[in-house]
Amino acid sequence: MVLKLYGSPVSTCTGRVVAVIEEIGLEYELVPVDLTTGEHKRPPHIERNPFGQIPALADGDLVLFESRVITRYLVRKYGKGSHLLKEHTPEEAAAVDQWIEVEVQHFNGPISTLVYQHLFLPVFYGGKTDEKVVAVEVEKLGKVLDVYEAKLSKSKFLAGDYYSLADLHHLTYGHYLLTTTPHASLFHSRPHVKAWWESIASRPASKKVTAALSFTS
Amino acid sequence: MSIRLYGSPFSTSTARVLAAISEIGLEVELVHVDLYSGEHKHDSHVEKNPFGQVPVLEDDEFVVFESRVITRYLVRKYGKKSGLLKEDNPRDAAAVDQWMEVETQHFNKPVATLVYQHLFRPHFDGVAADEKVVAEEVEKLEKVLDVYEGKLSKTKFLAGDSYSLADVHHVPYGHYLVTRTPHASLIDSRPHVKAWWDAVYSRPASKTATETLVMTP
Repeated sequence: MVLKLYGSPVSTCTGRVVAVIEEIGLEYELVPVDLTTGEHKRPPHIERNPFGQIPALADGDLVLFESRVITRYLVRKYGKGSHLLKEHTPEEAAAVDQWIEVEVQHFNGPISTLVYQHLFLPVFYGGKTDEKVVAVEVEKLGKVLDVYEAKLSKSKFLAGDYYSLADLHHLTYGHYLLTTTPHASLFHSRPHVKAWWESIASRPASKKVTAALSFTS
Repeated sequence: MSIRLYGSPFSTSTARVLAAISEIGLEVELVHVDLYSGEHKHDSHVEKNPFGQVPVLEDDEFVVFESRVITRYLVRKYGKKSGLLKEDNPRDAAAVDQWMEVETQHFNKPVATLVYQHLFRPHFDGVAADEKVVAEEVEKLEKVLDVYEGKLSKTKFLAGDSYSLADVHHVPYGHYLVTRTPHASLIDSRPHVKAWWDAVYSRPASKTATETLVMTP
C-alpha cells in the first residue's frame, strides 16, 4: 500500500512531510495539486482537507491534513527507529514537543511572512514587497533566533543532542529564507544557529527536499 | 512529587493547562506571575521560559513551557486513563493531533484577535475595538466554524466520539468569545458547534478553568 501525498514539491508544508518520508525511507507517490487553478479549494481535495490547503496524506483509508500532524503520524507508524520523536518517557516527548510548538508559535509567523513578501508575492501575485512589513518581521525573527542561539549553545539540536522532528520542521522555510530573501544573515550572524542549520541542511534527506524547493522565474 | 504551574489569572494559556489538570484530577501548586508588573519578562521567569510568557510547568527538576505542550505532558505522565490523548495507536493519536493543530493554526488566531479587540485592548489601552479588524476576523472565524460544523455533524467531539485534548484546548478562548465579545452567535447559529460547545463548556473541569479568567480592574 503506497502512501499518497497530495501537494506540491515547491510547497514548504509539503516539503516538511517529504523530509520525514525521506528520513524514514518510505515509498510514496506525490500527487500534484494545482494551486494555480484552485484545485485545492474544490472536491476532491477539499474532502481530504476541509481547509482547502496542501498537503494531505492518504495511508490506505486514513486521510490526514496539517503537515505537522502527518509528520508525527509517519514517525509513530513507520519511523520508530528514526528517533525523530522520543516517546519513551513523557519528559523526552515533551522536550521534542516544546520545540515543535516553538516553531509553530514563534518561528513560523515571521519567517513565512518574510518568504511571502520576498518570494511568493512578487513571483505568484505580481505584487511588491512591503518594506515596512519586512522590517517588523525581521525584528521579530531576530528575537526568536536569539532564543535559538542561546538554546543551541547548550545542545546540538533543539530538543537535545539528537536530530528530531523539532529541527526538521524548520527545513523548508529556512531554506527559502536563506536562498530567496536578503535575510540569510539572520542565521549566519548567529554562530550556533548557523552550525545547527548546516547540520540540518546537509542531511541527505534534507538535500532531496531542498533540491525541489525552487522556482524558475 | 512537586508540580508547580507558573501562570496568571486572566491568561488563556494558563487556563488551558488548568482545564487539563482538572480533567485529570491532579494536585498542582499555582504560582502567580504578575503580568501587570512585567514579572514574566524578568530574568527569574525568562530562565524558565525564554520567550517571557506564561505558563511554565515545573515537575520536580523538569521544566516545560508552551501550554499545549504542558497539557500533553501532563496527560501522558499522570492522565493516561483520562482518554484525553489516544496514543495506543498512531491512527487515533493522529486524529487528536489533527484537531489540536487545527485549533492552533485556524481557530486560535481569529478568536484571540477578536478577544483582544473587544476585551484586552479596551481594558488595558482604553481603546475601542477596530471594527475593520473585527469584520475581517469574524469572516475568517465563520469559515473555520463552518468546517467545525461539518466535522461535528459526523462525530460528537472533534477527534471522535470521546472527549480529548483537542476539545480541551478550545475552552479558554471559547469562554472569552462567548462571554466577553458580541460574537457568541458564531457558535450559537451552528447547531452542531453549539451542541459541542455546550458539552465542552459544561464539564466541571471547564468551569474550574474558566473561573480563573477574571480581569482585575
